[in-house]
Amino acid sequence: MADIKKIATRESYGNALKELAAEGKDLIVLDADLAAATKTEIFKKDYPERFVDCGIAEANMMGVAAGLASCGKTVFASSFAMFAAGRAFEIVRNSIGYPRLPVKIGATHAGISVGEDGATHQCCEDIALMRSIPGMTIINPADDVEAKAAVKAAADHDGPVYLRFGRLAVPVFNDPETYTFEIGKGQTIRDGKDITIVATGLMVNEAIEAGKVLEAEGIDARIINIHTIKPLDKELILKAAAETGKILTVEEHSVVGGLGSAVCDCVAEKCPCIVKKIGVEDQFGISGPALDLLKLFGLSSENIVDTVKKMLK
Amino acid sequence: MYSVAELKEKARVARCDVLKALHTVGSGHPGGCLSAIDIFVTLYFHVMKVDPKNPKDPARDRMVLSKGHTAPALYAALAHKGFFSVDELKSLRHIGAMLQGHPDMKHTPGIDMSTGSLGQGISAACGMALAGQLDKADYRVYTILGDGEIEEGQVWEAAMFAAHYKLDNLCAILDNNGLQIDGPITEVMSSYPIVDKFIAFGWHVIELDDAHDFDKLEAAFAEARTVKGKPSIIIQKSLKGKGVSYMENQVGWHGKAPNAAEYETAMAELNAALAELEA
Repeated sequence: MADIKKIATRESYGNALKELAAEGKDLIVLDADLAAATKTEIFKKDYPERFVDCGIAEANMMGVAAGLASCGKTVFASSFAMFAAGRAFEIVRNSIGYPRLPVKIGATHAGISVGEDGATHQCCEDIALMRSIPGMTIINPADDVEAKAAVKAAADHDGPVYLRFGRLAVPVFNDPETYTFEIGKGQTIRDGKDITIVATGLMVNEAIEAGKVLEAEGIDARIINIHTIKPLDKELILKAAAETGKILTVEEHSVVGGLGSAVCDCVAEKCPCIVKKIGVEDQFGISGPALDLLKLFGLSSENIVDTVKKMLK
Repeated sequence: MYSVAELKEKARVARCDVLKALHTVGSGHPGGCLSAIDIFVTLYFHVMKVDPKNPKDPARDRMVLSKGHTAPALYAALAHKGFFSVDELKSLRHIGAMLQGHPDMKHTPGIDMSTGSLGQGISAACGMALAGQLDKADYRVYTILGDGEIEEGQVWEAAMFAAHYKLDNLCAILDNNGLQIDGPITEVMSSYPIVDKFIAFGWHVIELDDAHDFDKLEAAFAEARTVKGKPSIIIQKSLKGKGVSYMENQVGWHGKAPNAAEYETAMAELNAALAELEA
């Protein structure tokens, strides 16, 4: 446990962009004056001629990305989730989504774990916003290995992709030697029959930790990592609903419109079962250290364990 | 190369086609279509390097209709250029039609960008111009804005971007007809002084006092082509509803289609214009 490496997925984003370019991929990376924070500076340092700073103007950046993509460029447009999905929503919908232009949106600083900057910068609505756009692929990777794989898969994907990254350094639990990534395919981390915990992003590691505690207490929880929220791996979710009868969703996002809602939409139609959601309740965040905020908002392995026990009572 | 007389006739026929299409479907934006039609004709028949048989040619000039609601006028120009049949105009805005209410690049040959939500097209045009600059390609990018449209903040984000990156392969055209939906722009939300604003944003500004004079339009586009190191904008005085007497300079004709009697009057006027052209 002591030597678990921790890397923020925004760092993985910057590194993956640089690796892609080194592998010969002809990328153009856009940012809106946040290269130091989104980590696109890692790419910029080695490929300055392919990095375009758009200044503090996210709406225009998304339109520029659309224009570049229409000319056959592989474009990554980067900003904080709040501004990429929030401020620029309508440009993403109309200039990228409607014409299905293959722009990759690299949105960092998602969720409550932004920490001290507080509510204005803690975007817990981005998945909900992006889910509403027809044809948008949404990927919320759980660790460094998955994040880098997601960036590379997105680069080759023929359609718009929203990539969601975090500011906080999180444990790297996937093995880069054996890990495989496919857009739209969930990952069963632990099989189980009593209940299914469906987690995404940095909550996957919390779910894994919760699974260990539950196992010690004789509860056999299935744990699924849903890195691609749209298109959702419905087959995997419905199988879990049928086989375990109860689902707990866990996400660092509002309980309105995120992974939990996507899972509910899926099971309600095809295989109704009890679903409980752990996420940011219908409220804004507050300033504070990221790890403390995660605990305060119930985004912890402890809360997962408690909730599972209540659901199985 | 077309003569001015030929361009005038193409514009006249395009005006008839647009009014027919809007009258048939019973909705649309005749005022802005008629004010912008001469630009479309000039662009597609005189200025732009495009091939209707190869609409996705990477080397082509591009045009983004930032004021997307005047799509029918653009469709008429594209149809006459040969991108699709003039017959398609009849099904404008109908269910299942190729020609959507606003430009749709996925389904309409010749449309380089889907637009309609004001302020967005110019950003996409900047992206296309940047791609050309990065590739050292010699194509040019045109984008048409409305004078009401530039009330959108995104237009000024894009204006800053284009000047900062010295996109001299970008030429914007501002259709200054002075009217927006709720009234004259001077009353609703003045975007003036427009010329000073674009100069301050680092653009080369070409003022055109009559957007319906083909000689002047051709000269303006020729001047834009010579500008190096900065984007150009042709700010042109135009007449909303140009060509149909009762629509000219009338706010009420921004967003409604002519009824049967109005349509007949318009056609009679445009046919009379043909007689003048031939005289």
